[in-house]
Amino acid sequence: MSIDESKSSTSQAPIDSARRNFLGTITAAVTGLGIAPGVFLYEVARARPADQPVSNSVRWGMLIDTNQCREDCDACVTACNNEHGLQGSGRPEIDAQWIRKLTVKDKQTGHVTSLPMMCMHCEHPPCVDVCPTGASFRRADGIVLVDKHICIGCRYCMMACPYKARSFVHETLHNQKTHTPRGKGTVESCTLCVHKVDVGDGITACAEACEREGHKAMIFGDMNDPSSEIAIRLKQYGASQIRADLRLNTGVRYQGI
Amino acid sequence: MKTFRFSTIQGNSLGYYALLGLLGCLIFLGLGAAHYMEHEGHWVTGMTNQIVWGTPHIFAVFLIVAASGALNVASIASVFGKTAYKPLSRLSGLLAIALLIGGLAILVLDLGRPDRLIVAITYYNFKSIFAWNIILYTGFIAVVAIYLWMMIERRMNDYSKPAGFTAFLWRLILTTGTGSIFGFLVAREAYDTALLAPMFIIMSFSFGLAAFLLVLMAAYRWTARPLGDALLQRLKNLLGVFVASVLYFVLVYHLTNLYFTEHHAVEEFLLVSGGIYTFVFWVLQILCGSLVPLILFYHPSLANSRIAIAAGAGLVILGGLAQLYVIIIGGQAFPLVLFPGAEVSSSFYDGVVNSYAPSLPEVLLGVGGTAFSLAIVALAIKVLGFLPDSLGDSETIAET
Repeated sequence: MSIDESKSSTSQAPIDSARRNFLGTITAAVTGLGIAPGVFLYEVARARPADQPVSNSVRWGMLIDTNQCREDCDACVTACNNEHGLQGSGRPEIDAQWIRKLTVKDKQTGHVTSLPMMCMHCEHPPCVDVCPTGASFRRADGIVLVDKHICIGCRYCMMACPYKARSFVHETLHNQKTHTPRGKGTVESCTLCVHKVDVGDGITACAEACEREGHKAMIFGDMNDPSSEIAIRLKQYGASQIRADLRLNTGVRYQGI
Repeated sequence: MKTFRFSTIQGNSLGYYALLGLLGCLIFLGLGAAHYMEHEGHWVTGMTNQIVWGTPHIFAVFLIVAASGALNVASIASVFGKTAYKPLSRLSGLLAIALLIGGLAILVLDLGRPDRLIVAITYYNFKSIFAWNIILYTGFIAVVAIYLWMMIERRMNDYSKPAGFTAFLWRLILTTGTGSIFGFLVAREAYDTALLAPMFIIMSFSFGLAAFLLVLMAAYRWTARPLGDALLQRLKNLLGVFVASVLYFVLVYHLTNLYFTEHHAVEEFLLVSGGIYTFVFWVLQILCGSLVPLILFYHPSLANSRIAIAAGAGLVILGGLAQLYVIIIGGQAFPLVLFPGAEVSSSFYDGVVNSYAPSLPEVLLGVGGTAFSLAIVALAIKVLGFLPDSLGDSETIAET
């Protein structure tokens, strides 16, 4: 009965093409919205297989928008310490700090800027140049790391780094994180959360925390990928490097300084 | 040409054993300090993430720089043909090796991982001047050892001139490398200049000769062998020239920095407002370590005073340590400039003058390494004939 009724209704009413087009568009849009994140996630999750070397087609980097960075917020620092198991010893002069908040006040104008500082992951890192054993090294994808197995603890890299980005492990460590091996008597610094990047997380602990706080002052991504947010924003708005005069081509860039 | 008779020292006096005992105690304390720092971690030292090279580096760099300078006496004889210095060549080579080994021992024991010495000598990054220095230091010991062999073994004497020339060239490259450890640091205001390489060479002339003079005077006094005034006069006059040359380089270094606006802050820090660094610079390095020795060496009424010569040489060494304190610690104490024209602050001591207080273990390690150098000399002169029986005026004056 109902079929007959429907047949009769369709045969009687004229076709509303505008309404049909509208419904079609909505369906396509909803389907697209539903599938797109999946596709996007698939792209992100397509991490480099563990048996393949990193490639220089990728240049991991960080864009820091100092206008979004709040002076009273240190969520990035806390997140980094938690992620990598950096514990304070009660002796701040020797405690490792992979990322720190800096307050910069212009002497002439009095303008105050707050920003996070960390390893700049330079293309031409002075720490790598001076390291006698090659323990300090730069991966093809731009991440600067320390090989804890061949670091002899000479601290020459700390003398050479223009950004004061490195820390020396001054005492015995306890409760280390398995994904962030550290070593007493060796030097360490920001790894750009390489353990997360290599499994395709696509974000560092600090940038994640900044986003969670709603500031989104730290954008992590592949600077070589023209469709990535970091590359688009860098192209559109530009950014500065700290101590650009040294021409190290840093992987961490700043807006608003 | 007069032939000098070389002989070993008897080395069975109470004084000799007391000296060895004292040096042994200092070495033992130094090793204990190194073990303590290694076991506990570097937090027990005065070093921090701000001042990463401390007192051990001052001693180590001083000994390494002085080592290459100590060889100069031999070089003057072999390379520049001044035969008056010929009898001193063996001691010169021995002291050079001994000082270098002592300096290297300190450097290695202060590493975060001294147990990885084998890594340091098997993994090389050839862009690192530090890596080159490891080769230059070990090579220096080998080159000078061969040079000593050529001098001591009569059949090989003919080859001592080319060996001496090689050692001289090697030592110039070595000290260039040591100075470049600091000169190649682009980011730090107090370093970042090619001037440090030649400055370290002239510093080595001065510190090395001062150390040589003191060891020579002590060895000849304690073994009651004749040491003539004429030879001492020559050596102290030469030392005076070196001290003045170091002063010239220090002057040029600061004048250059004072001319560049970007370096005004670091100069103001070192020369005027740096507290301990300013004091060490003006009082210990310039006054006690340079001007007073020059007066002691050249004042007519003091010309023949051995006490004045020894005191002058001792003050040159004090001034050398002071100079390295200002360069190494002062250079790190001045904050890195990340944002020119801005005041910077953070939880990581950005923008502030970093504090450093030498700790006892660091001092003990440095003194222990120095004692190790002297112990090598004391033992070696008992085993092989490094010292001429007599350096009296009658033997040496004819050789000028």
